This record gives sequence, structure tokens and C-alpha cells, in this order.
Amino acid sequence: MAVARKSAKPPQAARGRVIANILLALIALCGLADALYLTVMHLTGDDAVCGSSAGCSIVLGSVYASVGPIPTASFGVLAYFVVFSAAICAAFGYRRAWSVLVVAVAGMFLVTLGLIALQAFVLHAFCPFCLFSAALTFLLAGIVVAVWPA
Amino acid sequence: MKRYLPFLIIIAVALVAAGAATLLYRAKMKEQVAPANAAADVSAEDQEGVSLHAQGPANAPVKLEIYGDFQCPACATASASISELQKDYGPRLRVIFHEFPLAMHAHAVEAAMAAESAGLQGHFWEMHDLLYKYQSVWSKVSQPQRFFTAYARTLGLDLEGFDEASKSLELKAKIKAEGDAGVGRGVRNTPTIFIDGKEVRGAFDKAALKSAIDEALTKKKKH
Repeated sequence: MAVARKSAKPPQAARGRVIANILLALIALCGLADALYLTVMHLTGDDAVCGSSAGCSIVLGSVYASVGPIPTASFGVLAYFVVFSAAICAAFGYRRAWSVLVVAVAGMFLVTLGLIALQAFVLHAFCPFCLFSAALTFLLAGIVVAVWPA
Repeated sequence: MKRYLPFLIIIAVALVAAGAATLLYRAKMKEQVAPANAAADVSAEDQEGVSLHAQGPANAPVKLEIYGDFQCPACATASASISELQKDYGPRLRVIFHEFPLAMHAHAVEAAMAAESAGLQGHFWEMHDLLYKYQSVWSKVSQPQRFFTAYARTLGLDLEGFDEASKSLELKAKIKAEGDAGVGRGVRNTPTIFIDGKEVRGAFDKAALKSAIDEALTKKKKH
């Protein structure tokens, strides 16, 4: 973000875009909290996160729940934090931040599709926390697409 | 000031997130205390005088016994067939499950322990069904105990008791004894199915088992 150049003060017409960026930042915060919680639960080995949902435990206890020693959810933490940071910078008029945000959301969207496919076709079980994160990612993607031409 | 505001917000969020994660981590680690001793309830005693798991009336005309391994895919198939047959035959069929974890399956004993632990709380068959239903999932992981605990939670079991029983040497010995008894009856592989004491050979699909049960029922009628 250090190399990003700040744009001129946003005109009234761009107010919607600023609001959209703030909305993106808030959604990313929710995703960050979700992913952070899952990461900590994974690191502590606590599966109480799943409550009475067997499907949740199946997903979070599967081989796909971590990449080597790194919890998969921690990648979500990183991604949501990048989106949050980019959205905040974009809201303050940093143009390049928008490009970072778009790339990050596009990547998250693709990874989310892959993770949903894994749950549906490989594990045959769904984790509510993962679905919540997926919904947030789709929401982020939807807002980015809606704001994109502006 | 406004120039730096976004970065201040980002840093603040990063610090709050890191702090919250650290607090949560510490809190969770504190919670992980050794489980208290859990009292084991009575084991399932059958009229035959052997500790076993049975469904169906003791005086049912046909008795189907299966020696199963929860990590054996063919056992899962046979189990599904047997479940359907139980619905079809109702009180005319008694099904008995014997533990026979094979050494070739890495998690077979752990799974058997999970089923027996659930059995101590009166939920053997429910755990039996879950273990077979999700066999393709838990059998692939290195530490399936998390799954078993999750299944126990799903069944509403006392988790401390379940975890304690899952490590019980006594229960392990019981499983081994049941396996040894099977070996004594000529069981060498899983699934091995007996109908009225006679080993069923060949396929274990619903049609084959149904045919064997019908044959046993016909014999009973003749006598």
C-alpha cells in the first residue's frame, strides 16, 4: 500500500463507491473473525466449535483442514485482512488498493468454489462456519462486480 | 492526519485481531484439563450370557450374526443391507454384531473402541451406523478420534465418559476377546456372517442375505 498513490478527493458521485468500500471492509471484518476463530480452534485442537454437527467435525477434522502444519482457515485470515485493508485504503481514495482488493476477492472466490466442491463431492459434509465464510466471499464478489464499472 | 487514518485503522484492527486470537487461544488451552473419571455403566448383556450387541427380540426365528470391522468397506455395505433387511423382517430377525477389528486397518480398533464406548451409554448401534456412514471420511485421517468425539456429541453422549472409555484397557481387552472368540468360530476375515449359526458365503448384498434368511425361515417352519 506504500506505493499506492492517493487519488483526488472523491466527488459526490463516487460517494456510493466509498460506501461500498466501507461495506466491503465490514464484510471482510466478519470473515476475519470467522476465519480467526476457526484457526484458533484448529490450533487448540478444540472441536467444540462444531457443537452437535457431525458434518462440521468431518470438514474441520479432514485432511483438507490444514495444509501441512498450517490451518486452512489461517489463509482465510490473511485473505480477509488483505481485503479489509484494501477496502479501507480504497475508501480513502487510494486507487491501487482497489486493484489489490479485486485480485484478492477474485482469488478468494475461486478458492471458495473449490472448498465448497470439496465439501459437497469429497467429504459429503458441510461446515456452517465454512459456508458462512463462503457466503461472505460471494457477497464480497457480488459487491465488487456491482461497483466494478464505476 | 487523514492521510494516515486508513493505515491506523488497519493497524488497530490487526492488533485487536491478534489480541483476541491470543486471548481465545489461551482460554481454550486452559480449558483442556484432564477429563474426570467417568463411571462406566453396565455393558450390554445378552441372554446368551456373552457381552454383545443385539437388535431384535431374543426369540426371533432367525438370528443373524456379523463379525465386523468398522474400517472395512465391505462391512459397511453389508451393514447397510442388514439395516434394510431388519426393516423388512421386523421382529422375525435378530441381528448381533461382534467386534472383529482387523490388524490391517489402522483405525479399526479405535473405531471399535468408539462404538463400545458409545455402547456403555446405550448408544452402540447409533455409533455403529455413524461409523459406517462416515467410514470413507474418518478412515483417511491420521487421528480419527476427533471424528468419533464429534459423533458422540451428535448422539448426545457424556463426552467425558466417552473419551475415558475410549482409552479403557478393559474395553480393548473385551474387543480382543470378542475377536478371539470369532477366530475360535473360524472367522478369518470381515464381514463374516452367520445365520442361525451357519456361515453365509459369497456376496453380502441384500438379495443374497435375504435369500439366506428366507431359507432359514423356511427351515424353521418345517420344524
